[in-house]
Order: sequence, then C-alpha cells, then structure tokens
Amino acid sequence: MGCTAADVADALRAAARVVAEHRDELVRLDREIGDGDHGENLNRGFAALVSKLDENVPASPGGVLRLAATTLISTVGGAAGPLYGTAFLRAATSVGDAAELDAEAVAGALSAALEGVVARGKAEVGDKTMVDALTPAVVAARAAASGGVRDVLTAAAEAAEMGAESTVPLVARKGRASYLGERSAGHLDPGARSTSLLLRTFAGGAG
Amino acid sequence: MIGLVVVSHSALLARGVAELAGQMAPDVRIEPSGGDGSGGLGTDFLDVGRAIGAADSGDGVVVLFDLGSARMVAEMAAEEHAGEVAVVDAPLVEGAVAAAVAAQGGAALAAVAEAATTGAAPAGAAPGGDGPSGVPAATAVTAEVLLTNDVGLHARPAALLVRALTGLDAEVVVRLGERSADARSVMALMALGAVGGRRVAVEATGADAAEAVRRVEELAARGFDD
Ligand SMILES: Nc1ncnc2c1ncn2[C@@H]1O[C@H](COP(=O)(O)OP(=O)(O)OP(=O)(O)O)[C@@H](O)[C@H]1O
Ligand SMILES: [Mg+2]
Repeated sequence: MGCTAADVADALRAAARVVAEHRDELVRLDREIGDGDHGENLNRGFAALVSKLDENVPASPGGVLRLAATTLISTVGGAAGPLYGTAFLRAATSVGDAAELDAEAVAGALSAALEGVVARGKAEVGDKTMVDALTPAVVAARAAASGGVRDVLTAAAEAAEMGAESTVPLVARKGRASYLGERSAGHLDPGARSTSLLLRTFAGGAG
Repeated sequence: MIGLVVVSHSALLARGVAELAGQMAPDVRIEPSGGDGSGGLGTDFLDVGRAIGAADSGDGVVVLFDLGSARMVAEMAAEEHAGEVAVVDAPLVEGAVAAAVAAQGGAALAAVAEAATTGAAPAGAAPGGDGPSGVPAATAVTAEVLLTNDVGLHARPAALLVRALTGLDAEVVVRLGERSADARSVMALMALGAVGGRRVAVEATGADAAEAVRRVEELAARGFDD
C-alpha cells in the first residue's frame, strides 16, 4: 500500500502532537548541553505546520513535504530549523510529484533527507548530533525497502532510537554542545532524540 | 558597491556590530539581522533574507555570522537570494570592520570576503578589480609623518588611511617605535596607539609605493579631516 498526500499530512499532524507531548523533555535535554530551546523551537514549527495543513493540504506527498520544509525553515529557528527544513526539502525533491510513495520512494526520501542534513551542517557520525540517529535509520530503511512502507519506517525508527542512545557517551563536535567539550559526554543529544521521535511517529507508533 | 549583513543571535549585537562597521564606511549598506523575530535570542530566516535583499545594490553581499547555526541560516537565505552572496567565516567584529572598509574602497565581492577573513583590506584591490597586479619593486619608499590631529591613528583616521591605499599595488607598513602595523588593517593601525602629536614612519614597497606614501602624507597633512 502506497503513501498518499493525506497520509503524509496525517503523519505530520501526529508528529506535531508528539513534539508537543515531548516538548519539555526536549527542552530539558537541550538545557543539559545547549541553550534549552530545542523543544520550544520544534513545537513552534510543527504547530505552524498544522495551521498551514488546516488551511490546505497540497495535492502530492512531495507538495506536503515541501510545505513542511518551508514552514519549518521559517518558524523553527536555531540549528534545527535549517537542518529539518533542508531534510524535508531534499525529501520533497527526491519524491518529485508522484501521487503515491512506495517503500523504495520512502527509503529514497530518507536518504535524501540525510544527505541534506549533512550538506547543511557538515556533521559526521560520532559528532553527537541528529546525524547519529538519521544515518543508521537510512541504512535500515534501505535494507527494508523490499517490504512495505510501514516496514521501511519501522526499521528506520528502531535504528534511529539506537542511534540516538549511542550519542550519550559522545563528546559533541558540532553545534552549541561542542562548546562544552568533554562536559557534553553523558547526555543524550536533543536533536538525535527528536529525530528518533519523529521517525517513530511516522512509523505509526507513538513516541 | 558590496553590501554587508551582520547575522547574530542577539539583535543588540547585530545592531552594534553594524554601527561600529558603519563608522568606517559611510556609503556601504550594512544591514543587521539579529534575534528570533519575536524579541528573543536566535535567528530568523526570513529576516536574514530581508537583510540580504536590503544590502544588495546589485554588486553582491558579504554575510558575517556569530554562531554555527547562524551560518546555516545565512547559507540557506543566501541560496534563496537571486544575486551573489558570500557567507564568510570570520571574526564578527573585526571581520565586519575590515569588510566594510574594503567595500567602501570599492573592492569586489571576493576581495571584501577576503578582507573579512583576514581582518585586512586586500592589497591592490582596485575598485571592482580582481586583486594584486604587478611585481613589488624591491626598493622601499619611506617617509616620516607627523600626526597633527588630536586622536592620531584612531578608528576613523585609521579607516581613512586604509581606504586611501585601497586599489594601490603597494605593501605599506606603518611604524611607531618598535611596533609596526600593516596599513591594510584598521585594527592593526589602531593597535599601534599612535596618538596625536606622534611621528610614525611609513614604509611602502611595490609598483605604487611612491603614490602610497604620498597619499598617507597628504592625509596626515590634512589632519585626517578631523
Ligand atoms: N552542524 C550540525 N549538524 C547536524 N546537527 C546539528 C548541527 N548543529 C546542531 N545540530 C543538532 O541540532 C540540535 C540543537 O537544535 P536547536 O534547535 O536546539 O538549535 P540550537 O543549537 O539551540 O541553535 P541556536 O544556536 O541557533 O540557538 C542538536 O542537538 C544537534 O542534534
Ligand atoms: Mg538549542
């Protein structure tokens, strides 16, 4: 079963609810090794996205992803705004104007999103960022692409959760947390956590 | 003329840096973009885009930023802008001042960007030109110059001096006692501490060395228009 524009819009609405529920958790994580605004930033952006979707849902999945990109870029702020914005923009470009996305297309969109995040932020695996969650997610998604869309997203979500956990002992080398040096070790990276929450939501299971 | 945009998480800081750089470059468009757009700390993608548009007179814009995430926002906004934009990784204050002085001197985009990162106006950056030309002559032209204005080589006079030399093919060093400064760098000149009443030595090499020294002498004789 493919994934339509309405499915993508529903997934983003669900993401907005999950982000709102986890707002305080993300704020707390970001307070430990950043400036404490990550939960606030994402919540503002996804709330704005829901209002846009309430007005009008674009006709294609790519159109919905593009709306998410432009909305998040202009409303999230911080590092997460340009990073998630670029991720959604690249995902939108990768799916083109197809009316439905199959498992291959979803895995391809996740790959494109990762490439966008890396191009924008120049982070590598091990730098203690969202790239640590998204990279294994893409590898798992590609491996599951012979199954259905749900399989791809479930595999991605599981890998992202492990990837996010793997950031705990790391010393940050990118973003605000890098100013803390060794003191950033022992904390979960907020951006990796939000990435795993989003993917888990897209897979259909609440965070 | 190249325009400048100063992106900072703090609106106050962006405005302050723009103000400081503007003092040295009255004709350059310097647009601050600071804060998250609703009174808090952060950056605002749409406002950075607005600032780039406002700073661009058609020749291009150099964007300076404070923290890493501001760079990402600036790069995204630069990609959206139709004209030429260089987002440069430079010390914010010194880079903005140096870039402003280079832009005021008529330097092209690459030269202004270069000035920001090195903190000095590029040698031989002819108005709209493309960098050094010619081989420096071996012999130096030197002169002793008396600083007749009150403040000596302070901010504005130092900027005037740097600007007077922009476009010349000359390496110019200004000395005060043991200390010396590259005459392309406003900051270095200010750091000499050459106050009014002091004598500085000006030493120039390069094809336009004589003209460079003449221009410095002329400026000093006019008391830097203070
Ligand atoms: N260069 C980067 N590449 C990839 N991810 C990054 C990079 N810089 C930061 N991040 C991610 O962004 C998260 C922080 O996002 P947040 O929205 O809190 O921005 P911020 O760092 O507070 O931005 P700002 O400095 O503008 O306030 C980090 O936890 C990390 O996962
Ligand atoms: Mg933060």
